[in-house]
Amino acid sequence: MKILVAVKRVIDYNVQIRVKEDGTGVVTDNVKMSTNPPDDNAIEEAVKIKEAGKATEVVAITVGEEKAQETVRKALAVGADRGIHVKADGILEPLAVSKILQKIVDKEKPDLVFMGKQAIDDDCNQTGQMLSALLNWPQATFASKIDVKDNKLEVTREIDEGLETIEINVPAIVTCDLRLNEPRYASLPNIMKAKKKPIEEIVASDLGVNVSPRLEQLKVEEPPKRKAGIKVANVAELVQKLKNEAKVI
Amino acid sequence: MSRESMEYDVVIIGGGPSGLSTAIKLKQLDPNLNVCLLEKASEIGAHILSGNVFETRALDELLPNWRELNSPIKTKVTKEKFLFLGKTKSLSWPTWLLPAVQQNHKNYIISLANLCRWLAEQAENLGVEIFPGFPASEILYNEDGSVKGVATQDMGIDKDGNKKDSFEPGIELLGKVTVFAEGCRGHLGKQLIEKFELNKGKDPQQYGIGFKEIWEIEDKNHEEGLVMHTAGWPLDNNTYGGSFMYHAENKQVFLGYVIGLDYKNPHLSPYDEFQRFKTHPAIKKIIEGGKRISYGARALIEGGFQSLPKMFMPGALLVGCDAGTLNMPKIKGSHTAMKSGIIAAETINEHLKEDKDLSIYEDKFKNSWLHKELYEARNVKPSFSWGLILGIIFTGIDQILFRGKLPFTLKHKHADHETLKPANQMPKIDYPKYDNEITFDKTSSVYLTGTNHADNQPVHLKLKDPNLPINYTLVKFDEPAQRYCPAGVYEVQKENDVNKFVINSQNCIHCKTCDIKEPSQNITWVTPEGSGGPRYGNM
Repeated sequence: MKILVAVKRVIDYNVQIRVKEDGTGVVTDNVKMSTNPPDDNAIEEAVKIKEAGKATEVVAITVGEEKAQETVRKALAVGADRGIHVKADGILEPLAVSKILQKIVDKEKPDLVFMGKQAIDDDCNQTGQMLSALLNWPQATFASKIDVKDNKLEVTREIDEGLETIEINVPAIVTCDLRLNEPRYASLPNIMKAKKKPIEEIVASDLGVNVSPRLEQLKVEEPPKRKAGIKVANVAELVQKLKNEAKVI
Repeated sequence: MSRESMEYDVVIIGGGPSGLSTAIKLKQLDPNLNVCLLEKASEIGAHILSGNVFETRALDELLPNWRELNSPIKTKVTKEKFLFLGKTKSLSWPTWLLPAVQQNHKNYIISLANLCRWLAEQAENLGVEIFPGFPASEILYNEDGSVKGVATQDMGIDKDGNKKDSFEPGIELLGKVTVFAEGCRGHLGKQLIEKFELNKGKDPQQYGIGFKEIWEIEDKNHEEGLVMHTAGWPLDNNTYGGSFMYHAENKQVFLGYVIGLDYKNPHLSPYDEFQRFKTHPAIKKIIEGGKRISYGARALIEGGFQSLPKMFMPGALLVGCDAGTLNMPKIKGSHTAMKSGIIAAETINEHLKEDKDLSIYEDKFKNSWLHKELYEARNVKPSFSWGLILGIIFTGIDQILFRGKLPFTLKHKHADHETLKPANQMPKIDYPKYDNEITFDKTSSVYLTGTNHADNQPVHLKLKDPNLPINYTLVKFDEPAQRYCPAGVYEVQKENDVNKFVINSQNCIHCKTCDIKEPSQNITWVTPEGSGGPRYGNM
C-alpha cells in the first residue's frame, strides 16, 4: 500500500499574525514559517502505518512557492520516503490544490491520501473533501484514530457530538485531526539523510490545471479590539448593566 | 546510555554573526573541511536581537562582494542625533562633538536577524551543515581533558524527567575543534570559562540588558536613515544606560533601551524604565499614532578589554559575545564578533593543516584591528561607575583628546550580581501605569515575541537552592527577579498567606539576565527543548 501525504507551509502557529496595512493580506516577510500542524499528524500516521508493515511507501507532496519545499524536506526527515513539490506562486485556493492533487494521484496511484483536516492560515477545511469528490473516492475527515484492515479503514472521527467510528473502502482520502498522534521529532541524523532523499519538482502549469483564484478577496482586516472589562460593585449593579447597557437580559 | 555520534572537522555552537563568520571563513580557506553549526532557535535569526547600526569592516573582509549578493544591508545612516533627556526637556548634543567611535555616517541600519539568515545562506552555499532547533546542552571532553565536542539536548522528556513516547536522544557531535559562539552568557561558554579558568587575572565581566521594540510609525515622523541615541532620563545619574532609535526601511523604527546590570537599586525594573522612557515628549511625538509590532530583550556583554577571557583552550575556541568582544562605546558587537570568527577560522585552519597550537588565536587577535578597537575603548564603561556626568567628561577626554590612548586602564570592580543594595536601604520606584498605546505590560509584550516552549518539559531555569528566593532574596532584595526579568518569568505569589516563588519558564525569551543578576547566582539558565524560545522576525 502506498500513501500520499499532502503538507502545506503556513505561518508558524506561535507567531502573532499581522494584517498588511493596505488590507491585501497578512504580513509574511520576516515571519517564521512551519508545516501546518495537522499535516504533521498526517505524516506521522502514514509513517507509523508503514513502520507497522501495512504500507510500503510514503510520498510527501506540497503545492506552493519555492520555499514550500522545506515542508517536504521536513516530512522526509520524519520518515517519508520521497517527495514531490508542485511549484505554483500566489494565492492557491483549495479547488486548485485538489485538482493538482488529483493529477498527482492519477500519476502516482496511491491507495491512501492523507492530509491535515484544515490549514491554520485560511482555515478552509475543503481540500480533502474536494479531492474526494474529484476522484470519487470515499473520505474520512477529522480522523483521531485510524485502523488499517486489509482493503478497509476503520476511522474514528472527531465530531460535535463526540466520536464517530466509520469503515471505508480503500482507496480513500483521510483528513487528520491533531489528536490522531504525537508527531515525532526529526532527529539530526534523519535530517541529514533527508537531504539525500529525492524530491521531484513539477511546475503546476505543466499539469494542465488552472490555478488562478475563483474568489475575489475584497479586504483583510483585523478583528475589532475588545473593550477592557469593568468591575462592578455588586450583583444588583451587574444585573442592571446587563439589562440596560449590554441589553442581554 | 549510548548516543549516536557524528564526526566533523569543526563543530560550531550558535548561528549568530560570530559562528556564521567562522563557518564561512573556514569553508573559504578549505572547501573540504566538514563544518557543522548548531542553533537552538527554530530557525537562524529567531533568537537574535540587536539594535543594529552595522559597521561593514569585518563583512568587507569576509565577503567583499556582499553588495552583489542581495544582502539585507540597505539603509545607510544619513543623519545622527544625540539627546540628553531631562524629565520633560531634551538637549541636543552636536554630533561633531561626539567621539569618532560614536559617529555612524559610514554605517547601515540593519536587522541583525536578517543579516544572520543571509549569512546562513552564504554558509550553506559553501557546504556548511546548519541545524536549527538543536541546542548544544553538554560539553564532551576527551580523556586528556580537552574539548571533544558537544551533545545536543534530548527531546521528548516530560517535566518530571521521564521519557515520553516521542523521546529522541541527543546526538554527540565531535569536532577536531569546537567553536563556542553562543552569544552573551552562553551557558556552555560559562562552564568552559570556569573549568579552564579562562578569566583568571581578568576583571569581572560586565553586562547590560537591552530591550528592543519595532514600531511602524506615521510617514510624517519617519526619516529613513536617522540614528538617534539618548542618555539621561528616566535613569538617574548613577545608573548606566541609554536609548537608541533607528529609522529603518518600510516606515519602521527600531527603538530600544540598554541598562547596565550593575544597577544598585533592587526596586529598579529595567522593563519599566524602558516603557517609561517612551513617554518622554521627544520620543512620544515620533511613535505616537504608530503601531508596536515586535518586542524582545537580550543581555549584552559590556566588560570589554579588561574582562575579555582567554579565548582558546584545548580543543576549543570562544568567539564573539560568548567571549565578550563587544565594543561598548561604539555600542556595536556585530563587526567585532564577525572579526573574532574570521580570526578563529584562520587559527583552526593552521591548527589542522600545520599542527599549530590553538594559542595562536591570541597572537592573531593581538595583531588585529579588533584588539586595537577594544583596547582603545577600554576605559569608557568603567568611567561611568562614577556617574553619568563624570563618565561623559572622562569619555570626552579619553576618546576625543587621547583617542583611547591614555596610559592607564580603569578596572571593573564588581560582578553585576554583587551590586544590589538591600531593598530597605533603597528608594522604591513608582512606575506609571501602562496606557496600551505607548506603554504596555509584560504579558502583551511577550506575546509579540512568538515565544513558545513545548509544554510538559523540565523547567530550564534551575535553582541551586529552591528555598533561597523566598527565605533570603525576597527578604533582603524584595526578589528582584520579578523586575529584572523582561518576560515576567519570575513571580512571587501568595498562597494562603505563604509566599511561593513561581517560574513561568514557558515565557522565557532566552535573554540570560537572571543567570547574570541573581544576587546569589542561584539561577542557572540551561537549554530547553530544541526550537523553544522566541520567534523573532527582523530583530
